[in-house]
Amino acid sequence: MIDGEVPARSGMPVGEPGEGGPSEAVPSTAVWSEAVPIEISVNGRSRRLNVAAHHTLLEVLRDDLRLTGTKECCLVGECGACTVLLDSRSVDSCLVLAIEVDGGEVLTVEGLAGVAVGGASVVGDPGTATVAGPADLGRLQLAFLRTGAAQCGFCIPGQLMAAEALLRRTAHPTRSEVEEGLAGNLCRCAGYEQIMEAVLLAASDAPLHAGGEGGSPEPGHHAAASSKTTGPDPASVPDASIAPQ
Amino acid sequence: MRPFRYERPSTLAAAVALLADEGDRARPLAGGTDLIINLRDGSATPDVVVDLKGVSELSAGLAVAGGRLVVGGLAVMEDIAADPVVRGSFPALAEAAAVVGSVQIRNRATLAGNICNASPAADTSPALLVYDATVLCAGPAGERRVPIDAFFRGPGETALERGELVSAIELPLPTVPGGSTHARRTRRRGHDLASITLACLVTADGGARLAYGSVGPRPVLRIDRSGVLGDPRSSFEDRVAALEPLLADATPSPRSMRASPAYRLAMLRVLALRALAVGHERLARVPA
Repeated sequence: MIDGEVPARSGMPVGEPGEGGPSEAVPSTAVWSEAVPIEISVNGRSRRLNVAAHHTLLEVLRDDLRLTGTKECCLVGECGACTVLLDSRSVDSCLVLAIEVDGGEVLTVEGLAGVAVGGASVVGDPGTATVAGPADLGRLQLAFLRTGAAQCGFCIPGQLMAAEALLRRTAHPTRSEVEEGLAGNLCRCAGYEQIMEAVLLAASDAPLHAGGEGGSPEPGHHAAASSKTTGPDPASVPDASIAPQ
Repeated sequence: MRPFRYERPSTLAAAVALLADEGDRARPLAGGTDLIINLRDGSATPDVVVDLKGVSELSAGLAVAGGRLVVGGLAVMEDIAADPVVRGSFPALAEAAAVVGSVQIRNRATLAGNICNASPAADTSPALLVYDATVLCAGPAGERRVPIDAFFRGPGETALERGELVSAIELPLPTVPGGSTHARRTRRRGHDLASITLACLVTADGGARLAYGSVGPRPVLRIDRSGVLGDPRSSFEDRVAALEPLLADATPSPRSMRASPAYRLAMLRVLALRALAVGHERLARVPA
């Protein structure tokens, strides 16, 4: 972007004109703080952005990068729905200013696909919000599918990221370590048992494969879970159907 | 969130100069786990936010130097709770840091920020009090050392003056074997603020120190002069009696939604006795 060519709306990805951005008029009383250029790595891909000082990492991920897997919920650090990894540590992205993250590495749930537990072997281009096929799902995600850990699903991205952070630090956690590691993530469906089970399963040596990727489902891989993993279904993944701008 | 100017000074001199110049218009930012909530709900409306994480003199680590453990001004709870020196010599601080918020909070929240917010319920405060910590305050006039007991003034009020920030917190390494622990009462297990938070230290020379928070406007330190609490063989009844004068300064707020004053005062006694017992057990396990 040439300076002055387009007013630098806070958070606008560099190099992209205003089209596609919010078209509603900015109230005349609004004071935009000066947008500051930052560079962050998101899911392994370097992103240069102009951000307003008062915009959180959560806002920039969701509104500017369209990575809407990270959920906005309590905004006070109680619920964990906005959990992402920042430089390999879990944080509530609602309590981090995007500008603080300049130079940092962020991993969101969109980047978990293809990540081995505790590792970082990323396949494809996880910097974009494409629908992950079953072959791309990470071990932790497969374990969540297997145990039926997702009910309404809203808290699951945060649960996954908290679990990923836990397993990176403690490869074989005890149940109480899983409870403590996920204590900052609320599930209002109260699906905690299945979530705990999923994290312990992911940390175990049990084989986990996506349905349809290597023959018949494993014992215990019941039909409901299998149907979810036999192929990408964009209609059931509304967030992921939004292409990056 | 109301817009503000963001500054990320790279030196301590620049940071304190900014804070001194801007006064109440500026707010320092370390972990942000309280500040960003306050910025969003409008209870903090600074013109300038001064991010301290770029200040080269401020450490995020812990180090032993000159018979003291130095906790850097940017050290976060998760690292403090995992530090081997903290776990070995200051277990009440390790235990307190490990129960602040959730992992996500502890990965950002700093010990310095915790004491600067001066919440009466802050879990790390009683531990710092029993270990006789010193707060290093850096300001435009240089650095001064403030005993932790003089640092806390009231809810949200500290001894920090205009332009000052906490650059480090020092804990003297024990010279006499001790046994210590942190205890707290919450409404539920897991992520919750404390209805009572307490730390206790007993030493091989018969000393006993007790500190407690969330039962008054600021955390309180009391040192046993009776000799009963530091005596591993004292009876339960004698300990109950000896505790009374030490707990007399607990004045829990009747307006708190977390617990009634009667409940807090009753549980304060229970937790103090339990912590004392754990302190003595740990002291007994210290190799002679």
